[in-house]
Amino acid sequence: MFLTLSSKVFYIKVAIHLAAFLPLLNLYYLAFIDQLGADPVESVINFTGIGAFNLLLLSLSVSPLAKKFKQGYLLQVRRLLGVYAFVYALIHLFNFLAFDLQFAWSLFFNEVVKRPYITIGMLAFVLLTALAVTSINHLKRKMGKSWQQLHNVSYLIVMLVGVHFYWSVKSEIITPLFYLLLATILLGFRYKKLKKLCLSVFIRKKR
Amino acid sequence: TTPLSFTADKDNLSLLKTPEQKVISHNNFYEFGAQKHQPAELAQHFNVDPWQLTVSGECDHPITLDYDDLTSLFPLEERIYRLRCVEAWSMVIPWIGFSLAQLLQKVSPKSSAKYVVFQTLDDAKQMPGQDDRRLGGGITFPYVEGLRIDEAMNPLTLMSVGLYGKTLPPQNGAPIRLVVPWKYGFKSIKSIVSIKLVSKQPKTTWQQLAPNEYGFYANVNPKHDHPRWSQASERRITSGGLFARNRIETQPFNGYGEQVAHLYKGMDLSKFY
Repeated sequence: MFLTLSSKVFYIKVAIHLAAFLPLLNLYYLAFIDQLGADPVESVINFTGIGAFNLLLLSLSVSPLAKKFKQGYLLQVRRLLGVYAFVYALIHLFNFLAFDLQFAWSLFFNEVVKRPYITIGMLAFVLLTALAVTSINHLKRKMGKSWQQLHNVSYLIVMLVGVHFYWSVKSEIITPLFYLLLATILLGFRYKKLKKLCLSVFIRKKR
Repeated sequence: TTPLSFTADKDNLSLLKTPEQKVISHNNFYEFGAQKHQPAELAQHFNVDPWQLTVSGECDHPITLDYDDLTSLFPLEERIYRLRCVEAWSMVIPWIGFSLAQLLQKVSPKSSAKYVVFQTLDDAKQMPGQDDRRLGGGITFPYVEGLRIDEAMNPLTLMSVGLYGKTLPPQNGAPIRLVVPWKYGFKSIKSIVSIKLVSKQPKTTWQQLAPNEYGFYANVNPKHDHPRWSQASERRITSGGLFARNRIETQPFNGYGEQVAHLYKGMDLSKFY
């Protein structure tokens, strides 16, 4: 079957919507009727956390894949993946606040400040929020060059999220280490760019 | 699981029990997988009969119990206890068993017996987590736990052989496990094959893995946080789904202070956590 590029993009986007949204419906339906394991709160927190991480890694795979297979149109679905990563992260945070802590706000703020894994998770979320907000076309155009600079922060976010996962477990570190490895590989594709970014941060160029 | 005969616990009927289905499907038993739903799936073919439990060490009359002894040597009683996990969730479970003190008296501990060491079955053929690092959650096996002798002799300390009126399902530690209701759940070691009286404080499994996070005593203490999360409150798992309003304050010694606080008189519990 022959598909035009724009219809290819359309179908991929539909697939992303279905794959990202339907599991959430199923998850909350089961949690609501108490059929999601013995502790639905833990289940929804874990599911949305892992989901956000998966989407983040997927969004970072887009440009290496597009380059490797010379499929430039793929870049058009990257934003959708990134926005879904944000949505999952938002729900993950909401689950923690609403269902785990049950809106004990002082406990929430205490935990964010006192627990390193929650602190960096929160930091990652704030940064991700900035990226999601500035993904609106209008803002993107307005920001010009600084848009790309801001969105380079996604490399930092994925590592923060990896450490957040690693520090959150009791002893079962293999899965988080695997995720950290995937994140490192994806950053490896941007080795040159990252080297340049690091240099520009540490060595201010003279004008 | 088969029905047991026992005397009912009439003192704790007011406690709202965790539904049986949740008690038997939400388990930390890394020998059968580190995810909580895994033991219920991977332990179903676990063979508990024949079983041997040896009680030995610093005592005059060491014994070995076989499978039938576990439920016939002592009269069984029901104890409805709160169980507080170190991960800050809790349950209320109707256990069936006998006091560890009864068993220890039977072997006549010597005065040199200061501590009691417990060990889980070591059998990777039956317990897939024991030789699969990913499944087993990265802890060392066999699982080892310990109590001070006076803690072990406290009437609350239970050797459990059943719950909800029947013998223990494998995922809950069949055929026999420990229950120490004023301590975090990981002290309540499952599927025990050895109880040894010793003179020195043993190194326990979680303590070896992360001594700054898990101490030997592991008494429930809302004032002493786990380094990575608060222990001031807990979520009580009962019925109701996602919207259950079940966060409650954690009690010192899990609410059993009257019976056990005297064991720790003069001890700095933030140091001996």
